[in-house]
Amino acid sequence: MVAVGQVKSGQEPRARLSRVTVYRIVALVIIVALWESAGASGLFFRGVIPSSVFVISALVRLLGDPMFWGHFGVTLFEIVTGYVIGSAFGMLGGLALGMNRYGSQIFEPVVEYLASTPKVVFLPILLILFGIGVGSKISLGAISCFFPLALSLAAAVRTINPMYLRVGQSLNLTLSQRIKMIYLPALTPAIATGLRLGFGIATVGCLMSEIKLSNKGLGHAAMQAYGRFDIPTMLALLIVIFALAALGNILIGRLIRLPGPTNRRITELTPR
Amino acid sequence: MLAHILRPPPVIARTLVFAALLGVWELASMAGMVSRFIAPPPSEVIPAIGTLFTDNGLVGAFLRTFGEVLAAAGIGSVVGMIAGWWLHHDKTAGRAYTDWIAATAAAPLVLLFPLFLVLFGRNAATIIAMGAVAALPPVILKTKEGLDNVRVVLIDVGRTFRLTRWQQVKMILFPASLPTIFTGLRLGLVFALINVVGVEFLIGFGGLGLTIAELGDRFEIAGMYAAILFVVLCSATFFYLTEKLETWLLSAR
Repeated sequence: MVAVGQVKSGQEPRARLSRVTVYRIVALVIIVALWESAGASGLFFRGVIPSSVFVISALVRLLGDPMFWGHFGVTLFEIVTGYVIGSAFGMLGGLALGMNRYGSQIFEPVVEYLASTPKVVFLPILLILFGIGVGSKISLGAISCFFPLALSLAAAVRTINPMYLRVGQSLNLTLSQRIKMIYLPALTPAIATGLRLGFGIATVGCLMSEIKLSNKGLGHAAMQAYGRFDIPTMLALLIVIFALAALGNILIGRLIRLPGPTNRRITELTPR
Repeated sequence: MLAHILRPPPVIARTLVFAALLGVWELASMAGMVSRFIAPPPSEVIPAIGTLFTDNGLVGAFLRTFGEVLAAAGIGSVVGMIAGWWLHHDKTAGRAYTDWIAATAAAPLVLLFPLFLVLFGRNAATIIAMGAVAALPPVILKTKEGLDNVRVVLIDVGRTFRLTRWQQVKMILFPASLPTIFTGLRLGLVFALINVVGVEFLIGFGGLGLTIAELGDRFEIAGMYAAILFVVLCSATFFYLTEKLETWLLSAR
């Protein structure tokens, strides 16, 4: 009897897991089948939905092409630079808003409303200021990822237990000591979610400005492929861009170990 | 008294700060410290908003963008709520796909627009489709979350009263999950707005996004600044109104 019970309890989770896996495989098969049949159906213009075989072979060809790696390097440089600058300013801004009640009453609504505007509309100004080179891409990426960090940090600062702050006061800590010893440790989860969010948003900012006007980078290469109607290459480039965003997200998630649970799914829904 | 003068109410302080910034900008421009080809002074930008209405058809562009946003958000909301309900109802599907949806919520979805461009062509369908795609993840996730978190005791009350399935949905599940679902719908609307204007700007088609792109291409710098200002004001107002609508609906419930 005991043995039977053990087998049963051992089987249950595995059986459930495999059902989930079956669901996922079915979904993938349906997506690929829909894609292939839409391409073969003749409902769309010829070549608009190329078979996945062509897309994969275009991807393989790209990965062996030094030109591609040149574009890749430019885009990576833009995203990382924009991300670092935007995150630094976002953290400082968030701390300032969170620590100063009166200041946040004045400026936080402005930051909040700006966060929900499409940042790409600022691109014409950035193009005038920084030219069509990497400068305008980096600056749009930085502006884009400033907002989620600033807002999530400002909100998190206000949830710090006031007792800690009073302890800091009675120990006569300086501002930098307070930031290092009280704020930063208490804010790690908010910083981590903000940093993960910010990467995807910086990616969008950089690539949108590359797509609009540039002579280098993955967005530029994708638009060139679109211009030649080389759809498999365009799709392969989109796959690379999405993989880059996903890898960055995973990598940042790994680098910043989160103490305690976070409500990731909720905070990930930030306007970009 | 002194503290009161030094710390006026936030709204007044905000206005003063903005007025001061505009003044500094105007003075810097007058003193020749800022080229008017890079940043024209407020005295040129603010009148240019009027010119936008008379010469550039700003009302039409606004209505067009607004219509596209509503269409996109509408499609995204209906499809998203159905999908969210399904993920709540079919537990295996919920476990299999919720993480995928959450991943797409963090992915740069707007960059899919070249794909939609080749599928639908350079027209309103592409813009609406992009907006709808952007609206989907928050609506799906929030609908599922809201339905999942309905308190078991409420559902049990419904059972005690022998409610039919439809009554259970109408009288218990839906009202109890409404606040969360509404947050999802509002986020979906904001995401749709951002993506619609963004794609309009990128492909040079449609309403407000196109207006900015055109003025920028023609190097009408004052007009371009005015159009950007107008879009920022529009989306801020939009955000504010949906926020107010949410609190009002939830308090009236």
